[in-house]
Amino acid sequence: MGKIQLTKVRKSFGEVDVIPGIDLTIENGEFVVFVGPSGCGKSTLLRLIAGLEDTTSGVIDIDGKDATNLPPAKRGLAMVFQSYALYPHMTVRKNIGFPLKMAGMDPAEQDKRVERAAKVLNLSNYLDRRPGQLSGGQRQRVAIGRAIVREPAAFLFDEPLSNLDAALRVGMRQEISELHQSLKTTMIYVTHDQVEAMTMADKIVVLNAGHIEQVGAPLELYNFPRNLFVAGFIGSPKMNLIEGAEAAKHNAHTIGIRPEHITVGDGPWEGVVGLSEHLGSDSFLKVAVEGLGTMTVRAPGEVHARHGDRIRLAPAGKIHRFDTNGLAI
Amino acid sequence: MSTHSSRLAARMMVAPSVVLLLIWMIVPLAMTLYYSFRFYRLLSPDRTNWVGFNNYLWFFNSPDFWLALFNTLALVGGVLFITVVLGTLIALLIDQPIKGQGFLRILVIAPFFVMPPVAASIWENLFMHPQNGLFAAVAQGFGAQPILFLEQYPMWSIIGIVSWEWLPFATLILLTALQSLSSEQLEAAEMDGASPFARFRYIILPHMTRAITVVILIQTIFLLGIFGEIFTTTQGGPGSASTTLPYMIFKQAIAAKDIGRAAAGGIIAVILANIVAYFLMRGLGRNLEN
Repeated sequence: MGKIQLTKVRKSFGEVDVIPGIDLTIENGEFVVFVGPSGCGKSTLLRLIAGLEDTTSGVIDIDGKDATNLPPAKRGLAMVFQSYALYPHMTVRKNIGFPLKMAGMDPAEQDKRVERAAKVLNLSNYLDRRPGQLSGGQRQRVAIGRAIVREPAAFLFDEPLSNLDAALRVGMRQEISELHQSLKTTMIYVTHDQVEAMTMADKIVVLNAGHIEQVGAPLELYNFPRNLFVAGFIGSPKMNLIEGAEAAKHNAHTIGIRPEHITVGDGPWEGVVGLSEHLGSDSFLKVAVEGLGTMTVRAPGEVHARHGDRIRLAPAGKIHRFDTNGLAI
Repeated sequence: MSTHSSRLAARMMVAPSVVLLLIWMIVPLAMTLYYSFRFYRLLSPDRTNWVGFNNYLWFFNSPDFWLALFNTLALVGGVLFITVVLGTLIALLIDQPIKGQGFLRILVIAPFFVMPPVAASIWENLFMHPQNGLFAAVAQGFGAQPILFLEQYPMWSIIGIVSWEWLPFATLILLTALQSLSSEQLEAAEMDGASPFARFRYIILPHMTRAITVVILIQTIFLLGIFGEIFTTTQGGPGSASTTLPYMIFKQAIAAKDIGRAAAGGIIAVILANIVAYFLMRGLGRNLEN
């Protein structure tokens, strides 16, 4: 009951084609993440699905019905905004109950649903406060509460965690994932943070300049990036991309090696450590390798390398090969 | 920054201006109070003496006074109602993205730059005049008799003129309030199924309450003292039909040259302003808090 199908959806603002044409199917119950750099059109795409922007051409199907020209309220979707967009003059109870009130629901039933949502989200003690008296994470939960009381066909999240601090973000990430497990409702989640995408998604849609670069499960994108853009975007730290003679040895225009697929010790490459970051569990090294440029290396545990040390590196793991057009071979 | 000595220093440095302001306020008030208990007419300046509350009693016993009091409150209330309601609607209208938005806004604000007597003259002679006025021409176009605005509906006419002058102020403040509303809130309400009217009622209007409060408080201060428009058009007439408290004080001070009565009227006006302010703050002050 939350299958969304986009067919040749196009959006232009005046002369500018923000989304030149997208085909995409989102299955019922899936957790889909739109990810891409800022300005890639991911938020616009979400707003098109929500109905907050009109499509220039193309068809948006929700549950087999053409919803292209339906107003937002009639699409049966709920959205959580980046700024939470809570109503500041209403209490938490009224905020969560607002969609129900607008639907003309019986007040007793409204109360019941609000209480239930508040219980799920640990907000029961805050129902009579106003958004201004809540912390960032609590506001986020109110915004989610307002979305879930409507029992929508799908949830739309527009970078919901970007206003939270790092620790809260990890917590909320888990809560949203758990919510998806228990509700089993379709969720579409927009983020520029590939860690959020990797950890939460059933299916990631990588967008770049309004185009879909690749659609797939997180590990599929990690192991088999279709092109250079996806290779560089998915994975942290970024994949090392090498051109020239070293790539030619592998019959490719460009080769890519992930930082975690390089070992320190013996090996064919020699370089000088430029920067070393010791996280305890991992060590990130930036090594200037002769003939290859700067390589990022992720070594497990503690590696005793400092700025200026000469070390040797060896590839140990998959080498991704790309042709002159940047497509994977 | 709030050690004992720094607070003391702050008080000492603020003191001169506080004292100056206090004198600035106290001296005229004290003089008005003094004269309000005196018999003092400029036509017989040598015959002055204490008369107790006679000057006040003259006001309270004059039937014109109660009419003037009513007219003053009707003027304030009427103009507030018209400017806030129309101001909100116009602000909603010119907040829409259209071509020539900047020029349109200047047009809307323009009446505020017209001086009160000029504005009143324009209305009296170009709009309300029974022979030359635009309204007369329109009425005659429909075959009706021209309405004698200033003779038959003097208070309504003055409320109309003053509203026209103050509408830009209300519109401007309400417009800025409207522009500070986050579009995501409106979009969220739209997703939540709120109709345009519900969005206005539950999102826009609550957001604007503080601005509306500010408009009401500031306008009340100025509207209580409206004088120029009445002086230019009806001169308080016909009879006393459009006399307000400030105009009545003016008539005592300048026409009758009775300083004692005018001073008593001034004190009554001060008390009236304080009563109005008290009820306004009790009713609306809450909106100014966070």
